[in-house]
Amino acid sequence: MSNHYYNAEDLGKFGNIGEYQKELGDKFFSWYGEVFKDSALSAKEKSLIALAVSHAVQCPYCIDAYSSDAFEKGYSEAQMMEAVHVAGAIKGGAVLVHGVQMMNKVKEIAM
Amino acid sequence: MGGHSKTSPLGDGGMKTLKRQHHNLAESSAQISILQDDAHLYKLVPFQQKLEENNLYPLKATGVEVFQVNVGKMCNQVCKHCHVDAGPDRKEIMTQETMEQCLEALRNNTSLKTVDLTGGAPEMNPDFRWFVEEITKLRRHVIVRCNLTIILANKKYHDLPTFFKRHNVEVISSLPFYTKDRTDRQRGDGVFEDSIKALQMLNEAGYGKEDTKLVLNLIYNPAGAFMPPSQEALQKEYKQALMEHYGIQFNNLFAITNLPISRYLDYLLTSGNYEKYMEKLVSAFNPTAAANVMCRNTISIGWDGYLYDCDFNQMLDLKVDCGNSKHISQFNVDALNRRSVIIGQHCFGCTAGAGSSCGGAVA
Repeated sequence: MSNHYYNAEDLGKFGNIGEYQKELGDKFFSWYGEVFKDSALSAKEKSLIALAVSHAVQCPYCIDAYSSDAFEKGYSEAQMMEAVHVAGAIKGGAVLVHGVQMMNKVKEIAM
Repeated sequence: MGGHSKTSPLGDGGMKTLKRQHHNLAESSAQISILQDDAHLYKLVPFQQKLEENNLYPLKATGVEVFQVNVGKMCNQVCKHCHVDAGPDRKEIMTQETMEQCLEALRNNTSLKTVDLTGGAPEMNPDFRWFVEEITKLRRHVIVRCNLTIILANKKYHDLPTFFKRHNVEVISSLPFYTKDRTDRQRGDGVFEDSIKALQMLNEAGYGKEDTKLVLNLIYNPAGAFMPPSQEALQKEYKQALMEHYGIQFNNLFAITNLPISRYLDYLLTSGNYEKYMEKLVSAFNPTAAANVMCRNTISIGWDGYLYDCDFNQMLDLKVDCGNSKHISQFNVDALNRRSVIIGQHCFGCTAGAGSSCGGAVA
């Protein structure tokens, strides 16, 4: 085990997860491939969604993969940053909307 | 030679050709040294090995049908990715005598159905129009690879759309993207705007319209260190965006992968992307694309009459492996049809993903 948790080269080894559980690995990659195909949403639109979600879940491998993919598919830097802001706004909003819960509790116990 | 557009990248101190910079990569031997001799440093699989694994080595010609002539390296643009290192300072121009030899080869070989004219900006060759007229007299399909901005670069080129129309020339034009930002980054400031005007002029002449037979195809190539996305999806986006914003119509979009040659190789090396880009090409090797590479049915003629398997090999100075027919003056189609194609690490560019050729994807 290396002295750090993330290694850029590991992204290229993603396919190896099937070594320990082939059937589930195969099912995942087959499903994953289907998810990103042109369908009701285009593969290009899905790439931008994936970029935003990658930031929301803060997955460095996903950010690496979908920064390249979204740019390759033709999104501009500004469009990609706006997608990240959408992720940020939802995450920030998710924190702040819980402020209502806090307010409810405080109102319940305060004189 | 000629003027250039007021907005062209030439006058603003931007890109210069490698030759003008006296750059070491201006020499093909320096490029080959990086691509071939240093391949082991990057732990890249040799292209030959990939072909062997797929029973494609030696890569044999399948019969020459496309006669691609590079009429010179002079160009009004200096694009960052240019594999020709073309530019206004390049003086290598095909003479009328060499063109005569090309016409003689065409006269003697009716199997050469398509003549594909490229450069530089082929229109800057002083004998360009004469050459097109003579080829049309031989009833061959003529393609001109027009960079679009040349049409606006000088008054004497403004009538090119009608000249092309008169000779029923197929026009293939580079437009790296349907937005200004990406196009200008690769081809220079103001190129997108001039390209749009030129496309509108071609449309006015009847090019790219459904009710005419005047074919206008566009070329996408990545503005960076990555491979093209799906050609089909891109074509749809291009058609929609160009029609919506500029009222422009065209026939097909060809997505072309950039090969690590000349200025694009320089870009990859200086930006630190070379190794990763090569790895990406190697891992995307597609045997179907490899079987359909364009060099198998193409012969490429250099400005000085020497013969090559493709325009990329031409720029690397890798002449055809065909003892009896290395120059247009000794053109022997039977011998050329039996030749093996000269290959190198750069060939991974044509075999990656959906494949790449002067006519776009091949797989």
